[in-house]
Amino acid sequence: MNGVRNILLAGVGGQGTILAGKILSEGLAEAGFDVKMSEIHGMSQRGGNVSTQIRYGDKVFSPVIARHEADVIAAFEKMEALRWIEYLRPDGKLIANDFEIYPAPVLMGAAKYPEGILEELSAKADVLAFRADEIAKEIGNRKSANMVLLGALVQTMGIGGVPWDEVIRENVRADYFEVNIKAFEEGKKRANT
Amino acid sequence: MKTGKKLMTGNEAVARGAYEAGLRFASAYPGTPSTEILENLVQYKDSLYCEWAPNEKVAVEAAIGASMAGVRSMAAMKHVGLNVAADPLFTFAYTGVTGGCVIVSADDPGMHSSQNEQDNRHYAEAAKVMMLEPSDSQEAKDFMKLGLALSEKFDTPVLLRMTTRVCHSKGLVALEDPVYVPVVEYAKKTEKYVAIPANARKLREKLSRRIDAMTKYSNKAEINVAEYNSPETGVVSSGVAYQYAREVFGEGASYLKLGLTWPLPVELIEVFASKVKKLYVVEELDPYLENRLKMAGVKCTGKKVMPEWGELNTDVVRKAVFGTEAENINFEARAVPRPPALCAGCPHRGLFVVLSKMKNLIITGDIGCYTLAAAPPLSAMDSCFCMGGSISTGHGAAKALKQAGIKRKVVSVIGDSTFFHSGVGSLMDVIYNKGNSVSVILDNRITAMTGRQENPGTGFTLMGDRTREVDIAALCAALGIRREDLYTVNPLRLDDVRSALEDALKKDRPTVIITRWPCVLKKFAEEDAKEFDLKGKARAVDEKKCRMCGICGKIGCPAIHTSDRVKIDRESCTGCAVCEQVCPFSAIGEVTE
Repeated sequence: MNGVRNILLAGVGGQGTILAGKILSEGLAEAGFDVKMSEIHGMSQRGGNVSTQIRYGDKVFSPVIARHEADVIAAFEKMEALRWIEYLRPDGKLIANDFEIYPAPVLMGAAKYPEGILEELSAKADVLAFRADEIAKEIGNRKSANMVLLGALVQTMGIGGVPWDEVIRENVRADYFEVNIKAFEEGKKRANT
Repeated sequence: MKTGKKLMTGNEAVARGAYEAGLRFASAYPGTPSTEILENLVQYKDSLYCEWAPNEKVAVEAAIGASMAGVRSMAAMKHVGLNVAADPLFTFAYTGVTGGCVIVSADDPGMHSSQNEQDNRHYAEAAKVMMLEPSDSQEAKDFMKLGLALSEKFDTPVLLRMTTRVCHSKGLVALEDPVYVPVVEYAKKTEKYVAIPANARKLREKLSRRIDAMTKYSNKAEINVAEYNSPETGVVSSGVAYQYAREVFGEGASYLKLGLTWPLPVELIEVFASKVKKLYVVEELDPYLENRLKMAGVKCTGKKVMPEWGELNTDVVRKAVFGTEAENINFEARAVPRPPALCAGCPHRGLFVVLSKMKNLIITGDIGCYTLAAAPPLSAMDSCFCMGGSISTGHGAAKALKQAGIKRKVVSVIGDSTFFHSGVGSLMDVIYNKGNSVSVILDNRITAMTGRQENPGTGFTLMGDRTREVDIAALCAALGIRREDLYTVNPLRLDDVRSALEDALKKDRPTVIITRWPCVLKKFAEEDAKEFDLKGKARAVDEKKCRMCGICGKIGCPAIHTSDRVKIDRESCTGCAVCEQVCPFSAIGEVTE
């Protein structure tokens, strides 16, 4: 795997997945890694799923992660974990937000939101699941759930030597900085337990 | 930053490269995946000028004019945009440049947001313009700069061919200071720039000599680089495909990475091929390199194992070459898709709710957010081809039906920006040739699908200046639509939409309906706040009156949840009230508390 590590962030448009990916990749660059990040956007604002792929190491070639290659997947929504699980290495780790956002076919009654997602995934992979939205709400802003997940992700990957609070400061509105940092720290704790 | 580098998308890097190279003029029409090039370039507006053109042909022509006037210039577009701009490009190859000029084509392998995945590398050969293919963000910046220099060195426009992954992936880029490039003093050069046959023949001859010079250069260009590791296997590749190949074959193969792919460095390739036993060509889409290698008598394996369409990645290349797939977690694929839908409060919804209930119609569609109305539950579209195509395909269909004596009518739907792009000529055709189709211009006051860019109808430019707006109604009138055949309606008022459509459909002559209401995602200007009542109150369902008939669910609004009992999500509801108007039991109204 030539020393390259792979992180996949998956969510739904509006969850802050792209911002979390931006902070993560800038932090990794700050730590001196070669970094590539890939995302496909265009229609995410219209209810689509969003994924950000980050690869880092001494030298990165492909900007996209192959199936079975992700060291960690952070799923910002439960069903997105299911959608992307084939990208996880058999010995990789899945961080999942126990939170549901219904897609249009479910809202219209044309499909059912799958049941038992976390149970199925836990049986097949190393899963860390928690309610990031609830944690963020308790801290003060539900929208900082992305920072809770980012904190857990950073802790899981064991990425040292990055001034995360500085990178976060550069990327969020000043009046949201405190709540975002709290959310990030809370997420780190989740990964330790 | 420890690396002294900045993470940039390929598009940001192209903009940065243009700035560093002293570019003074840029024009583009927005189109995924190319849009962010000019959106990023505008940050350097103190040292350059950039604009949104109404279409790609106009953008390229304006860039030609700027080059002719002596400054470095560029035009950017998505792959299909180059079809529109092909006309000036082919002659520009004959005339050459004064200030360097780069045309960026952003191709979309895998059709992430496009109607086809044409391989625009063929344009370089067909038009005979030099082509550069960056494989990551650093190269996107470097090749943009090199492209402008080579354009001047060889007196040719240069095609910078990007793909979605190069445009939208981020990588580390080393920044440099911009250089000052003086304006070339204008000199009248009619033999160069007036492409009448007598001059064009001479220019064509000159072009052949230029191709020889460019070919010579290509064979020793620094961006066509060989990496010799193994005499067993060699790989020829370009663009992002190189990154996939380099990772899959690793240190066990030799590489010829081509950055300049037209004219192709055939001699260089022959030398490389002679040094390896087995040669692979790894490229996305068409066998562009492979076919030219084979014509030169170089034995290689490419599309025999590699797919001819769709996006490549390391999985695809590995499986194609080595036939292996790594172990992965087995699971049941039961994630429900999240198809994109018109937003809650989208002004297009009202029009399509009405159209979806009308019988005996052909609804020709176009490129934009409203194309989402083709999907269930609205299913209110019969076709979609290309920018501006709805009105003309609709006209042809209407003429054919009338000729055959069939009583089916045609409604063409087109967005404001798409109408300005190339719909105006189509409407002229309907009027000139006495058609009877109904053209609906969906004026949501912005170019929405590509991320809300200004256009000639919005009153603002890319540089942020106020400007004159095109008056669509006056434009249609000037083209020849009679006043009584021109309707302007609020698309969220279903009765108004219905009566305009019914009235227009009765007429055996060209009619235009303008649906005027701003996109819900738009950053509203003062004028919008004045003209439109944008403070709609969220709607709620009165459970006592609701009989679960499911009709409100058929308008495809993401704020309406009908799977269990009917609920309206208060956070996403904008109060557009389309659901209230379709409810047969008056069970939907404003939130009361």
